[in-house]
Amino acid sequence: MASMTTTAAIADAGISRGEDGRPDYGTRLRRARLGLLVALTPILMLFVSFTSAYVVRQGLPTLDPRTNNLIRDWIPVALPRLLLLNTFVLLVSSLSMELARRQLQSQVAHANSSPVAGDTLASKIRMPWLAATLVLGFAFLFGQWTAWQQLAANGFYVATTPSSSFVYLLTGAHAAHLLGGVLALIVAGIASLLHRSLKTRSIVVDVTAWYWHFMAVLWIYIFCLMKFVR
Amino acid sequence: MATHDFAAQASHAHEAPQGFIRKWVFSLDHKVIGLQYYFLALAAVFVGMFLSLLMRIHLIWPGAALPILGEIKPETYLTLVTMHGTIMVFFVLTTAPQGGFGNYFLPIQIGAPDMAFPVLNMLSFWTTLLGFIVMIAAFFVAGGAPLHGWTGYAPLSALQSAGPGEGLGADLWIISIAIFCIGALMGALNFITTTLDMRAKGMTMMRMPLTVWAWFVTAILGLLAFGVLLSAGILLLMDRNLGTSFFVPLGTINGQLTGHKGGSPLLWQHLFWFFGHPEVYIAILPAMGMCSQLLSVFSRKPIFGYKAMVYAILAIGFLGFMVWGHHMFMSGMSPYTAFAFSVMTMAIGVPSAIKTFNWLGTLMRGKIRFSSPMLFAIGFVSLFVSGGISGPFLAQPVLDIPLHDTYFVPGHFHLIMGVASIFGIFAATYYWFPKMFGRMMNESMARWHFWFSLIGTYAIFMPMHYLGMAGMPRRYSQMTEVAYLHDLIPLQKFITYAAFITIAGQLIFLVNLFWSMFKGPKASDNPWEATTLEWITTTPPPHDNFGGHTPVVHNGPYEYSVPGAPRDYVMQNDPEIKPAH
Repeated sequence: MASMTTTAAIADAGISRGEDGRPDYGTRLRRARLGLLVALTPILMLFVSFTSAYVVRQGLPTLDPRTNNLIRDWIPVALPRLLLLNTFVLLVSSLSMELARRQLQSQVAHANSSPVAGDTLASKIRMPWLAATLVLGFAFLFGQWTAWQQLAANGFYVATTPSSSFVYLLTGAHAAHLLGGVLALIVAGIASLLHRSLKTRSIVVDVTAWYWHFMAVLWIYIFCLMKFVR
Repeated sequence: MATHDFAAQASHAHEAPQGFIRKWVFSLDHKVIGLQYYFLALAAVFVGMFLSLLMRIHLIWPGAALPILGEIKPETYLTLVTMHGTIMVFFVLTTAPQGGFGNYFLPIQIGAPDMAFPVLNMLSFWTTLLGFIVMIAAFFVAGGAPLHGWTGYAPLSALQSAGPGEGLGADLWIISIAIFCIGALMGALNFITTTLDMRAKGMTMMRMPLTVWAWFVTAILGLLAFGVLLSAGILLLMDRNLGTSFFVPLGTINGQLTGHKGGSPLLWQHLFWFFGHPEVYIAILPAMGMCSQLLSVFSRKPIFGYKAMVYAILAIGFLGFMVWGHHMFMSGMSPYTAFAFSVMTMAIGVPSAIKTFNWLGTLMRGKIRFSSPMLFAIGFVSLFVSGGISGPFLAQPVLDIPLHDTYFVPGHFHLIMGVASIFGIFAATYYWFPKMFGRMMNESMARWHFWFSLIGTYAIFMPMHYLGMAGMPRRYSQMTEVAYLHDLIPLQKFITYAAFITIAGQLIFLVNLFWSMFKGPKASDNPWEATTLEWITTTPPPHDNFGGHTPVVHNGPYEYSVPGAPRDYVMQNDPEIKPAH
């Protein structure tokens, strides 16, 4: 019977098995990247959906109860100049994230060629790029928060005008997603403190980096939407 | 005797847990998570069914005082409609076929030791469960559960003061669905990555069982659709709680201005149905895959037109995103737009018909074994045709306008999306129960259950088409006082009696399920003599599915009655069969 022979033990050569019985580094990295690519799809759909709502809502007239005329209630929001600075901060953070990613990749490559030397190298370098990215990420989030304060100070609250609703919605949704990236970086940092394997850290940082770049591109898109489609 | 070789591949990312909590509660094992999803759906389906029973009772005895619950008020009836629809669509039809059976059998059928991301898999279940708890909590807060229907049309759903249940209950409803979306997205992420990256050696895409294809395409649909529903839910929550006007136009409630202006209720409908129509396929595609699988196994024939079946699944998934407007023919859309949506909708009839004819082609001249899974698979085809045939009617704006908001529509979608999917779930349960629990289910109870269910559902939902054509509106809580509907009340009574009997029939299933789990006769590893990979492993499968090894696949999934083969089926991991010429 087919079903019986399947349980027959055949020696496992363990070719692609890495440390602690997991699949090897290349497989894990490929799988994590594929997972990230898939995960970015619904995030993209979320913002596509917001965009379609944005465009539709912008074109809608509304009835003025005093005059009974159809009017447009879409008042363009004067975006705080701070957003430009925030954009710059985010782009720089994307750069430092990329440097962090490459640094860890090269450490892994090093560790593969000479394991002992690689380990000492890994312990020597304290990942300044990762810390820099984390700081810049927080700076961006703080900058967005400040921009909200400025908007409110100018009289644009969430419900003031549909355009201000969308400004808060888009920036808020983007900030929430970036916060996810920041948390992933913190996880990578904790993994480093706990002396988790270099490869695991490298995978976490690799997918976080791609996620981070996506967030940067997404932000530029959102910024252009708010700036130019008003 | 077949020889079996295995790839010398790494298998499992985590060891088999020993403690009860890690093994059965916070489990990383896709099989346990699949069972958790299944039992969640089982609990949900009985809640949903109970709500429908209350509706049926109220419709024909509107003044009846029920024990504990008392008299059902008209607004309570709308709450029942809302919660029945929501619970059934999300926590049963989306949860059981995909989260339940998909989780359990997708990795095994492609020869993988687990899902790609086991921790994420566990989180997706617990997120879904949290969503269910929040949904049920809506019943118990001040004002009760919402009454805006499962489609949650604004502005009814967008204003706290729009009616009883539209306060905290509606907020919980939206939050529950948002949580569900996140859980479903995590699940979809796992399904897609696993299917693409974890197939065993030799398991090419075109050797995957059609069940795997169906789960894979369903996951893609979920990935594209749930993000949009989530966005709509966020906007709705903002309208309700932050005073924005995405969906709420200028208007008054009891003479008071609502404070909103300029929003578009139609925007909600577009966003909702952009999700809502693919959701129909999320519910039905796994059942289609299931049906294809079973018709082949129990006809002892290869599936008729495997490639056509795959392309039909892809075509249905693709077209499913192009037709959401057919839910909105009454919204005043341009006739040209309606025409486009109408044509696209009827185009779905083509891949659906391909599937149906291929199922019939599979049955033709087969050595059919009428076991209980097969009965439900054939029942699925029957319901799919009966429910599907009214689709092209509703797809035409000129017919949809009189039929919209009548009982014709519940008749249509219950047959095709509701009961057909449920038959897929039943077929899957009877088919995979031996693998999941190591025991066989009682066959005669299964047969009783089948006939109760098949005749019962036809008795319930077929008359609804006639009610609709006679002009009986849906969602009305009382029709006993309306003169022109008076002659239709006997038919409504018939439906309620049929519902009582059908629901009683489901208790047979429940008894069979739990009795067989502990007392059923022991199952062999491959009781149905099927070819796919779940049947090469032990019953129930070990923690890493194949006992430390990865099977190597040499054959397609439906090699039955192969000329020259020693028996009438060839396992997927048997040595490659050569064409007989």
